[in-house]
Amino acid sequence: MGPLIEVVLGGLMAGVLYSLVALGFVLIYKASGVFNFAQGAMVLFAALAFARFSEKMPMPVAFVLAMGVMVLMAWLVERLVLRSLVNQEGIILFLATFGITYFIEGLGQLIFGSDIYPIDLGLPKEPKIILEDTFQGGILINIDDLLAAAVAGALVLSLALFFQKTGTGRALRAVADDHQAAQSVGIPLNRIWVIVWSVSGFVALVAGIVWGSKLGVQFSLALVALKAIPVVILGGFTSVPGAIVGGLIIGVGEKLAEVYLGPIIGGGLENWFAYGLALVFLMVRPEGLFGERHIDRV
Amino acid sequence: MFYRENGQFKTSYAEDQALLSIRQDRWFIWLVLVVAFVVVPLFASEYLFKAILIPFLILALAAIGLNLLVGYCGQISLGTGAFMMVGAYSAYNLAVRVPDLNILLVFVLAGLITTVAGMLFGIPSLRIKGLYLAVATLAAQFFMDWLFSRVKWFTNDSPSGSVTAPAITFFGATWDSPTEKYLLVLAIAVLFALIAKNLVRSNIGRSWMATRDMDVAAEIIGIRPVYAKLSAFAVSSFFVGIAGALWAFVHLGSWEPLAFDINRSFSMIFMVIIGGLGSILGSFLGAAFIVVLPLLLNQVPHWLGIPISTATASHLEFMIFGALIIFFLIVEPHGLARLWAIAKEKLRIWPFPH
Repeated sequence: MGPLIEVVLGGLMAGVLYSLVALGFVLIYKASGVFNFAQGAMVLFAALAFARFSEKMPMPVAFVLAMGVMVLMAWLVERLVLRSLVNQEGIILFLATFGITYFIEGLGQLIFGSDIYPIDLGLPKEPKIILEDTFQGGILINIDDLLAAAVAGALVLSLALFFQKTGTGRALRAVADDHQAAQSVGIPLNRIWVIVWSVSGFVALVAGIVWGSKLGVQFSLALVALKAIPVVILGGFTSVPGAIVGGLIIGVGEKLAEVYLGPIIGGGLENWFAYGLALVFLMVRPEGLFGERHIDRV
Repeated sequence: MFYRENGQFKTSYAEDQALLSIRQDRWFIWLVLVVAFVVVPLFASEYLFKAILIPFLILALAAIGLNLLVGYCGQISLGTGAFMMVGAYSAYNLAVRVPDLNILLVFVLAGLITTVAGMLFGIPSLRIKGLYLAVATLAAQFFMDWLFSRVKWFTNDSPSGSVTAPAITFFGATWDSPTEKYLLVLAIAVLFALIAKNLVRSNIGRSWMATRDMDVAAEIIGIRPVYAKLSAFAVSSFFVGIAGALWAFVHLGSWEPLAFDINRSFSMIFMVIIGGLGSILGSFLGAAFIVVLPLLLNQVPHWLGIPISTATASHLEFMIFGALIIFFLIVEPHGLARLWAIAKEKLRIWPFPH
């Protein structure tokens, strides 16, 4: 029983980390109908900015500065890209975010360098053993994983409150529902987009710091996005809770597959297993677990 | 003045249904073909063949395949690299395990194997639509990456994981000089472009376009979405599989799964979008753009005489590439093919636009 619980717990922790990135996708899709492929590049960029700033100054200052950079980026993206592509089809906007991805990846490494930069949050790295009396050998957990889970939880809670309780949140939901209708009742579309890209920049920064403190800040951080994509399609593009539940399912599924299926059909499963799992779920519910059901009319 | 169709009357059904109904267009296409088949082999340098023309033609073939799926049937696929990989490894295994088989037959069989794989991964399209489908096709990419790097049988137990294609021999000759390879690829690309062009104006092509424009409406007027979608996946995968086999055998020579990774898939979708969705000509234009652009970006600092480190240059290349993609999408979301169509329209009324 002990090892199984350990695997499941490990999976849940990994899942929370995926959810952190997936949240960024969901936010932008919800508010502007754009599937933002650049989320991974934003994670990289934010983490690079934070890592390099924190070499020179205390962490809170670095955090605020990095956030400033992300807001600036959000503004530029709205100004230079989205504004010119209003009313284009989803696929065109999707591909434009590929352009943004390449641009940000190049820019980030050009400004901040392309080595591996550590982020040290001063947390204990050694895993702790708990429940030693219940199971033989106990269960290993990492403190920083627990912290990441707490951060993700807090983030989701505050985002949910922001979306449901504030005026801006209501405006965001209106824009997500219908651009033109929102505009006609006087919601400033452009400002909403800047806000939502800034919020997802904030999510990217948090995700970047959490991932960066685990892996070190390096180019491969941008590839985390590819891990988060199955989470988003599994949970549904439009659902914040979906991103969390999806992340947990994918995290646990991946770890279980690696431990129990890996030895049978060969290792290295984790790259495609998540996609396979998401596909199976999609066959049953094509809009993802919590996505909005979509009705076709002729 | 020169491009005008007045005085050209269609007097038979055959003329009415001709692929190119305007005489000047026919002359132009013949001219292009003569240049491509005769003039270019006489004068082009080896570098031009190896670095530009051969990759361009093979990728154009793959782009046509992808365009049939994305541009004509409206099913977005981000897994083209995976299907090219299936084509490449099927061709390799067929060529190595059945040495007597004619290489052209090997390519066709590799295309058919890819067709089966493509239809399997096309099944979700019956349930899932739009962006969900697009990201779901990434499953094919990651699964194939894993399959061909982990299962040793496919690579004939090669210890390094990379495989080398046997020489291309048929009709008693070995086709290994750049010119011969170019002619081979050119012939195949032209043949398949012609097939694609005819396919999309046939019954099946019309059912794809109806599905693309509105699948529910198409279903109501009697088009079976299962047939339309799966046939689009099948035909598209066939093209892409052959392109993959050619890419491996003719362009790369020896390769590993990394040659067909996710970046290949992304660059394929760029070709289709930048070239123009739903246009065979656009597939060629897009492929040319994506093949030539990185080479140009690489050369520009040299020409300008700016001393620049390789790392900086590669970062700048990323940035410029990204910016150009955004620029093109903003300026002409319908792609280079639309620019071509506009130019033709303008030429028709030139020099008296009123």
